[in-house]
Amino acid sequence: MNLTAIHAIYRFEMARWWRTFWQSIVSPVLSTSLYFVVFGAAIGSRMEDIGGVSYGAFIVPGLIMMTMITQAIAVGSFGIYFPKFVGTIYELLSAPVSPMELVVGYVGAAATKAVALGLLILATAALFVPIQIAHPVFMLAFLALTAVTFSLFGFIIGIWADNFERLQLIPMLVVMPLVFLGGAFYSTDMLPPFWRAVSHFNPVLYLVSGFRWSFYEHADVAVGFSLAAIGAFLAACLVAIWVIFRTGWRIKK
Amino acid sequence: MQPIISVRNLTKTYRNGFDALKGVDLDIMEGEILALLGPNGAGKTTLISIVCGIVNASGGSVTVGGHDIARDWRAARSLIGLVPQEMHVDAFETVWASVSFSRGLFGKKRDDAKVEQVLSDLSLHDKRNEKIINLSGGMKRRVMIAKALVHEPRILFLDEPTAGVDVELRKSMWELIRRLNRSGVTIILTTHYIEEAEEIAERVGVINHGELVLVEAKEALMRKMGEKVLTVELREPLAAVPATLSRYKLSLGGDGTTLAYSYDVNAGRTGISALLSDLRSEGIAMRDISTRQNSLEQIFVNLVRRDAQKEAAQ
Ligand SMILES: Nc1ncnc2c1ncn2[C@@H]1O[C@H](COP(=O)(O)OP(=O)(O)O)[C@@H](O)[C@H]1O
Ligand SMILES: [Mg+2]
Repeated sequence: MNLTAIHAIYRFEMARWWRTFWQSIVSPVLSTSLYFVVFGAAIGSRMEDIGGVSYGAFIVPGLIMMTMITQAIAVGSFGIYFPKFVGTIYELLSAPVSPMELVVGYVGAAATKAVALGLLILATAALFVPIQIAHPVFMLAFLALTAVTFSLFGFIIGIWADNFERLQLIPMLVVMPLVFLGGAFYSTDMLPPFWRAVSHFNPVLYLVSGFRWSFYEHADVAVGFSLAAIGAFLAACLVAIWVIFRTGWRIKK
Repeated sequence: MQPIISVRNLTKTYRNGFDALKGVDLDIMEGEILALLGPNGAGKTTLISIVCGIVNASGGSVTVGGHDIARDWRAARSLIGLVPQEMHVDAFETVWASVSFSRGLFGKKRDDAKVEQVLSDLSLHDKRNEKIINLSGGMKRRVMIAKALVHEPRILFLDEPTAGVDVELRKSMWELIRRLNRSGVTIILTTHYIEEAEEIAERVGVINHGELVLVEAKEALMRKMGEKVLTVELREPLAAVPATLSRYKLSLGGDGTTLAYSYDVNAGRTGISALLSDLRSEGIAMRDISTRQNSLEQIFVNLVRRDAQKEAAQ
């Protein structure tokens, strides 16, 4: 194992994150916080409580998930796409670094950023709405699993994409709608039966539901399903990355 | 001397079906400076990229320091530093961050003194906190060299190191290469400029159309391939070469004041003494004589032309 290399990649990526402080840290925290202000303070008071939780507090876990998922994908894909785009990938390929070490370095950094953002948003939310965390260990486990899984998913997109348009394609066309309809703003109980059934095909729903359960013990689906869903997606991403590196797909000529 | 790199029957067919390497065999000796010389598209970059792990070979094998690059890739790659042909830099990073990143990537533990020293060697020390995007083209190239050297490789590949480089940098580059070489680093550089190979290399490999046409010590190559030209300066200009001297295939130049005679150094009889005595018996007075060896350029042109003729004959 080339631990030094993993560390070098991780540090390099984290340094870039700090350097773009306003864009990559302040901006996502601020834009998510606007939701708390609008829905928590302004509109929330006119909304009914859901399962005994005030609306402003109810949406917090879902919003954290939304931001984490989009940020993990964005950061995870950009981290590996950028060296490909500017050509510095030659160095990664010629170094005594295994594909898995590359993945650990890049995905580790992306996941760290996503978790840090999630916690920052949580802290910000606590300023506006009353938050309680019933199962902190589960909460952190969901946070970490989601961050790792979607950073890895982003990494795969970054390898697959051979131009900027493709880099945006899946996040915009697939992930964004799924995340928006993932139950961050409502409980599926509130939907008509047909749409309730449809929404159970949305994997994001399982994440939001499980994550929200760890706060308020209010879940749309059983927690076990939530854990299984994220576990299955993580496993699928791991298999995909394994196949990609075995075949040198889109990386080596 | 032991070969530090052994290339055996190496082939590369790109995905579009193009055969970029057609069975290359090459031994590179520890501590030498080898130039790979060939026109654009010959396969130089492909060959280097395979040895360095950037491109997968289609067939054949390569060992570096005795380590197979496919099976024992980690050990093989640790020995190599690569400066690629194209300018690829981390534009938004500082020189320092980019160079020390490379050291870590190659598994060497952090050593700020080493980074300082490499930057000083490349006259980059006062730019160490500068973002790379703000550097001139020549300095960017030096950053790439610094990145390749900072993990203390035993082998350094330089792919067309002087492309787009000014005279000043070229000079300091040759100096650096010699200095590195004296400290024991094996150097392989590619070029399509013959003067470069002639100036810096100890051995020259000529690549054309994906084949290694030959590898020779530079002197041996020049001697072996070297036609020499004997130039005779005349006291009185001649209007034409006398018919009695036609068998020498002389060419008249300098408004009739010089005669040039090409001969093969390796031939048993060069014909020089016969020519000189025939000139005297013709009553042609000589003022001076000189000989000149063919440059690598002419050798190269001859080789490639011969290659093309062979191809045409098939
Ligand atoms: N990725 C690729 N796909 C197809 N053909 C390629 C690729 N890369 C290089 N080639 C072709 O292979 C040949 C050798 O290229 P290269 O090794 O770059 O030559 P050199 O470095 O000697 O100029 C060229 O004809 C080039 O067009
Ligand atoms: Mg080239």
